[in-house]
Amino acid sequence: MFPILIKKIGAGLLTTLGVSIVIFIGTNLLPGDAAQIRLGQASTEDSLKALREELGLNLPLYQQYFRWLFNFVQGDFGTSLASGNVTIAQLISDRYENTLIVSSLTAMIGVPISVGLGIIAAMFPGTLYDRILTLGSVTLVAAPEFFTATLMVLFVVFFLGIGNAVVVGSIEDKNLVELITHFILPITTLCLVIAAQLIRMTRAAVLNVMSSPYIEMAILKGIPRRRVVMRHALLNAIGPIVNVIAINLAYVVTGVIVIEVYFGYSGLATLIVQGVQTRDYILIQTLGMIFCATYVILMLIADLSSILSNPRLRHPK
Amino acid sequence: MEKKVVFEASNLCINAVRDDGSELPIVKEVNFQVREGEVVALIGESGSGKTTIALSALGYCKPGLKISGGSTLLFDQDLSAMNIEELRQIRGEKVAYLAQSAIATFNPALKINEQVTESAVIHGSKTQPEADSFAKGLYGALDLPDPDNIGTRYPHQVSGGQLQRLMAAMALCGEPSLLVLDEPTTALDVTTQIEVLKAFKKVIRERGAAAIYVTHDLAVVAQIADRIVVLYNGDVQEKGSAKAVISEPRHPYTRRLMQAVRPLPAAGEKAKENILPDNVIEINGVSAGYGGDVMSNPKEVILKDINLQLARGEVLGIIGESGSGKSTLARVIAGLLPSFEGDILLDNQKLQPRLEDRPRSELRKIQFVYQMADTAINPKQTIGNILGRPLEFYLDMYGSKRKDRVLELLEMVELPKEFYTRFPHELSGGQKQRINLARALAAEPEVLLCDEVTSALDSIVGANVIELLRGLRKNLGVSFVFISHDLSTVSAFADTIAVMYKGIIAETGTVHKVLSPPSHPYTDLLISSVPELRVGWLEEADKNIQEAKNKLEQGNLT
Repeated sequence: MFPILIKKIGAGLLTTLGVSIVIFIGTNLLPGDAAQIRLGQASTEDSLKALREELGLNLPLYQQYFRWLFNFVQGDFGTSLASGNVTIAQLISDRYENTLIVSSLTAMIGVPISVGLGIIAAMFPGTLYDRILTLGSVTLVAAPEFFTATLMVLFVVFFLGIGNAVVVGSIEDKNLVELITHFILPITTLCLVIAAQLIRMTRAAVLNVMSSPYIEMAILKGIPRRRVVMRHALLNAIGPIVNVIAINLAYVVTGVIVIEVYFGYSGLATLIVQGVQTRDYILIQTLGMIFCATYVILMLIADLSSILSNPRLRHPK
Repeated sequence: MEKKVVFEASNLCINAVRDDGSELPIVKEVNFQVREGEVVALIGESGSGKTTIALSALGYCKPGLKISGGSTLLFDQDLSAMNIEELRQIRGEKVAYLAQSAIATFNPALKINEQVTESAVIHGSKTQPEADSFAKGLYGALDLPDPDNIGTRYPHQVSGGQLQRLMAAMALCGEPSLLVLDEPTTALDVTTQIEVLKAFKKVIRERGAAAIYVTHDLAVVAQIADRIVVLYNGDVQEKGSAKAVISEPRHPYTRRLMQAVRPLPAAGEKAKENILPDNVIEINGVSAGYGGDVMSNPKEVILKDINLQLARGEVLGIIGESGSGKSTLARVIAGLLPSFEGDILLDNQKLQPRLEDRPRSELRKIQFVYQMADTAINPKQTIGNILGRPLEFYLDMYGSKRKDRVLELLEMVELPKEFYTRFPHELSGGQKQRINLARALAAEPEVLLCDEVTSALDSIVGANVIELLRGLRKNLGVSFVFISHDLSTVSAFADTIAVMYKGIIAETGTVHKVLSPPSHPYTDLLISSVPELRVGWLEEADKNIQEAKNKLEQGNLT
């Protein structure tokens, strides 16, 4: 098992490294460099040259890359190009909390419910319950996020008359329940968005295993249906299910710009858009790396869980 | 006094429900009884409905099938009247099922002991500790190694033959009154098959259980069954005591089944037809293995110093149990697995070890025919394209020339021209295997590597394929490397035999020489393990088998 584990971690590190090169080169292809952007209209040849030397921009590209990478792994992300003397770390820390809270609450609530619903659908395929769930999840997959979000606002705020259509107030000193109510709208919308895919994939993964000969054998051994699904089928379906979970969670961390804008709270996804708008490529680099690392870590966890759930990988012959 | 009836099927009819809702009868008014302590064999080829009937004893129909008439009584209780919960109570407890492939029926994610004991524990007939110790007793009775600990392993950690016996333990753990055995030895080597058969027979006798034994192999049936029911196309053709049916088959279909059992031919020199003096293939000191650096120093060496010659027009049979390296040898000849030592000569020209390094003209001369036509043939292509592709690739035939040649090939393997536009799923297993052969023949090869080409087929269909191979050999002058674990098939078709044992050639020579004593102890073991079509053979053979085994264990490898 250890060799596989080391291989997986190595592959994750290599991926991150590869992405870092792409991000670095990509942002360097943008017109203008840090010195020009920072000095803006007021730049002269001399001031530009001085600033370039100060920032190390006169060095060959690969040296700049290694300097950037070296600083990055030490946690020194640099200073923002657009927002005066604010460090990137400061810019991110304000937003990171929001994203972290929303995505982990979505994971805590959305994942168990969706996986559970998917398993139940797989236990009774073709029944009314299964059909309603399938219809519901197909509709949700097809609906764009802003539409789902609008429906949520209509239903919760205008129909039920609870809370605000946008996220207002500060999150300081709030406990878990207060945090959930604070972010209730984005969390429910996101839960619905990921539930659609999770339910369908869980159902498909479990059903796929349910057609194996060993499931037929378990039925012929007189094992109750609940145990057939929960013990015999689910153990063999964990691999594909955790992979879908990981991809969906990565999306919740990195790709929820519409939700953030719609509900008016600031997270990392809006920050990267802001970075592009202001040509703050140091910010773009940092966020790109954070998103990549999040993705790699989630995928590593998924791989690890499928290895742990598969005795053939856990105990090779 | 007549013994109590355990299971009775009366006028049992089972239909397949098609997608459009129409029904197709699969089993037609079948009647038979199973009494206490009795083994009833259901025999017939695939599609005869034997598995479907056997599963009805558990009140189970495969998806897409339904019982449309008649009744199935287990101890006078009507199974078709039971609801799911009632059926669950009897399954595993009163009736237990043993499937054909233990590898597929064991859940890969659970430990063996849990799977063996869970049925008894869930039904409440035993507590977990009781079931554990009972299972250990069964492991011992089934001659499994290390009975105390084998249950703590996962299915992938034991061998196929062991898993087959563990499945027997799984079925027996609930001490059922009726066992349903569905081709439980078909996937096994002859030497393993004997062990498993013996174990089954012993436990059935000792525990006084009744059994329904489903198979297409009459020789196996003769060893284990008390009564035989012969099925064809969902109809009972003949039934009676095992002795009566085997010694005096009345129905023509039963006779055809009997003819398909290929007895080991008596040793004797065959006429050397069509064999020319020069060698097509010469294998000199070849070693190969997997893992690590395959080309120079593999981790696990499978083949050790193999020396073989194949004369033009000759059939070289290669026999050995699974894991002996016979398929690996075919892969090495084809270049799929490069050898790290020794040379292979084709028409006296040295072949590159790696497939990638061989020119197309050499690739054309050696063609591979796989065991499973289902996986070897692309299901999304028409037969015309499957056979036409090698014509384009090797022989630059296009357009009408290509089509004419495909039709010729179809004729060669005795299939109708209409198959040109068909898809593989529209063909039966035997027909698919013929397409598989035609695909290899399309390249106009000099050597055909046939890897267990009849193993997945029923005896009658398999015998027809061998007939076809004989004809092809006579008409085309192709040489064959014919790999099989079935000694009777090999000796019926081959001119020379190489017996493989643990990666070496244990013995080689003409069929006559290999079959007649004195032979290598492993050959002895193989010869004495081929079941014969008569009642009581198993007990007689046991002594010879034990002797051969002892010799082998003493390291009497010459």
